[in-house]
Amino acid sequence: MHRDAFVACQADAPAATPEVLVAFRGVRKTYDGDTLIVRNLDLDIRRGEFLTLLGPSGSGKTTCLMMLAGFETPTSGEIRLAGQVINRLPPHRRNIGMVFQNYALFPHMTVLENLRFPLAVRKLPAPEIDARARRALAMVQLAGFESRYPQQLSGGQQQRIALARALVFDPQLVLMDEPLGALDKQLREHMQLEIKHIHESLGVTFVFVTHDQGEALTMSDRIAVFNHGVIQQIDTPAALYESPANAFVAGFIGENNALAGRLATLTTDGRCTVTLADGTGLVASAGAGVRAGEPVVVSIRPERVRLARPGAPAINRVGARLIEQIYLGDHLRLRMQLAGGEPVTMKAPISQLDRCPGPGETVELELAPEHLLALEPATPG
Amino acid sequence: MTTALDSLDAAALSGTPLRRQLRRAERRRTLWLLALIAPLALFVLASFIVPIASLLGRAVDNPEIHHTLPDTVATLGDWSGEGLPDAVAFAALARELAQVKGTPAIAEISKRLNRERPGSRSVVMRTARGLPLAEGADARAALIALDPAWGEAETWRVLERAGRPYTAFYLLAALDRSTDAEGRVVALPPEEAIYLDVLGRTFTMSLVVTLVCLVLGFPLAYRMATLPVRHANTLMILVLLPFWTSVLVRVAAWIVILQNEGLANQFLMWTGLTDTPQRLLFNRFGVYVAMVHILLPFMVLPLYSVMKGIPPVYLRAAVSLGCPPFRSFWKIYFPLTLPGIGAGCLLVFIVCMGYYITPALLGGPGDQMISYFIAFYTNQAVNWGMAAALSAVLLTATLVLYAIYSRYLGGNAAGQVR
Repeated sequence: MHRDAFVACQADAPAATPEVLVAFRGVRKTYDGDTLIVRNLDLDIRRGEFLTLLGPSGSGKTTCLMMLAGFETPTSGEIRLAGQVINRLPPHRRNIGMVFQNYALFPHMTVLENLRFPLAVRKLPAPEIDARARRALAMVQLAGFESRYPQQLSGGQQQRIALARALVFDPQLVLMDEPLGALDKQLREHMQLEIKHIHESLGVTFVFVTHDQGEALTMSDRIAVFNHGVIQQIDTPAALYESPANAFVAGFIGENNALAGRLATLTTDGRCTVTLADGTGLVASAGAGVRAGEPVVVSIRPERVRLARPGAPAINRVGARLIEQIYLGDHLRLRMQLAGGEPVTMKAPISQLDRCPGPGETVELELAPEHLLALEPATPG
Repeated sequence: MTTALDSLDAAALSGTPLRRQLRRAERRRTLWLLALIAPLALFVLASFIVPIASLLGRAVDNPEIHHTLPDTVATLGDWSGEGLPDAVAFAALARELAQVKGTPAIAEISKRLNRERPGSRSVVMRTARGLPLAEGADARAALIALDPAWGEAETWRVLERAGRPYTAFYLLAALDRSTDAEGRVVALPPEEAIYLDVLGRTFTMSLVVTLVCLVLGFPLAYRMATLPVRHANTLMILVLLPFWTSVLVRVAAWIVILQNEGLANQFLMWTGLTDTPQRLLFNRFGVYVAMVHILLPFMVLPLYSVMKGIPPVYLRAAVSLGCPPFRSFWKIYFPLTLPGIGAGCLLVFIVCMGYYITPALLGGPGDQMISYFIAFYTNQAVNWGMAAALSAVLLTATLVLYAIYSRYLGGNAAGQVR
């Protein structure tokens, strides 16, 4: 439970300055009365930010979004939007724009009619409806497509129309539920940037749900990493990558080498010593919440693993046997095995590798203590 | 690379080899497809198209006089219609009437002529009794002596009209019309006109049944489309259950339920809504109840299949855009179900138009639809011409309806329904 407290405290601390638009307080959600899909969620969404809810499927991120949109109600706890509790506010009165997974453009309406729909529902004067719909269309660079039907558009164009429709009525908040999942890789990367630029130019708050960590890193101001209904960490992309709060975050975002061990000693300067299963001792940076005597996971990114220079004095030298090397053009990936059998991957730019060891050869690796993190192991669900 | 592209372009531009290959490949495919559907096509042709065409042919067929008195009809072909025809016509008539005297054919032609002009039967019969004429006698004088009607041009005009190989008589009669002495189309007097009323009644009853089916079937189909598959299948079985029992059994069951001492009346009296048994049977109400019961699946099935294809996310999207739930349903969901509504209504309406057994068993005399009269003319009156003409009217009405449907609703499943 102290993990939740830590996460909440980390999320709250910087939120003091910018204005909070949405606040989840103690929100729980269960569908069957037995298992909690969302457990005790505390989350602040700041006005104007691009927040991504990232996690594997079933981690509760989409349920969170649906509760915010009003299509699900929290089992307990409260959700505030601009200070008002909205638990019981029906979705059509929340003024929240939403982009759905398969766009949900109305097939019997033209593009322009789709864009007019939310404005007509709000009974705006006709000339204003027309002007705003056309402006939204121009914003997503699809002026001239007014009289097309959705099925006459490509996936990327439909995506843009869906975005324009979610923005055309000036909502205070836009929710996106894995909107890029149906696009091919190249278009997806293009749309990521386009959505990011639209966010920057409009200043509307975006909440984006995805299971694609690359997408989350590209687009977000902050990312909330979900697992088993709990926010594991909420932070900027760089902070998540460089100092993950626990082994789950370290493993979920980016590539990671994880070695199981036990924390031997904890020193005051934030360093600790960890003993691996085969008795190897390593000096590592202590992550939050680790305690002496407890099992920990030491984690290091493949690009931080180095071949030890002969003769140079260093701590954390470990022997490893090279299993295979994979040539990837700009870098090499070396798959190795430590003495205790743990697999370790190393990623090295070709330019920095003066001598490449061959398969079966034994090498010495250097695991710099500042990049080697001792983290709490992921809690089983 | 460039050369390969160039040669491909050249082949495509010069045309023949590539295009001919394509055509040959497509022709082979078309032939194969035709061969696959050939058995069905032959079956439909033999069991459906040919019989219907020959039946419809009978609506304009006019064989009696044409077959029995061929020479008379042929000589009358040259007659102007003014004054009496020449002696050749009298001679031919006398000879041919004498030939068929005493055979069933004489009854047929007298019946046919009588329909054209009442009283003709006795003229023919009286004349035939005096035939054959003596050798060398003057046919004209002899016939006029046998019956003075042969001295009137009108009698011969009737014979000439009835002798044409094709007639509009039945078709006109099916529309409460006939031709007068001058061959003009006139409306029948009100006491003889019934078929336009029957046609109108057929339309109204079909329309009422269709609308009731839509009102009852739409919510059911919607519920089925939104339920989990397992429960939807259970409901589907219940919907299809009426299909698995015979129409007669279902009609008999309705008679049991709706009769004066039946369940429905007992229930009504138990609730105190009525003190005396209500008449629920052998009137319009009973017919409507039974027909809606039988035809409901025809409405539910197309509606369900269309609704099943409408993702529920459209409704969520509409609500998220600020549209209240009921209005979202009306503005977004309902228009998307229009193809299903069109197909279901068309199906129910067309099946209704041809309904026979239910009104015949559960309705009163004023509830009979056009099929009842078709059955009457085939089974009881043995007037194939009239049966065929009424069928033609029914078929035409159905085809017109279908044309309207496919013009306004057909051919676009999900999109562009305005």
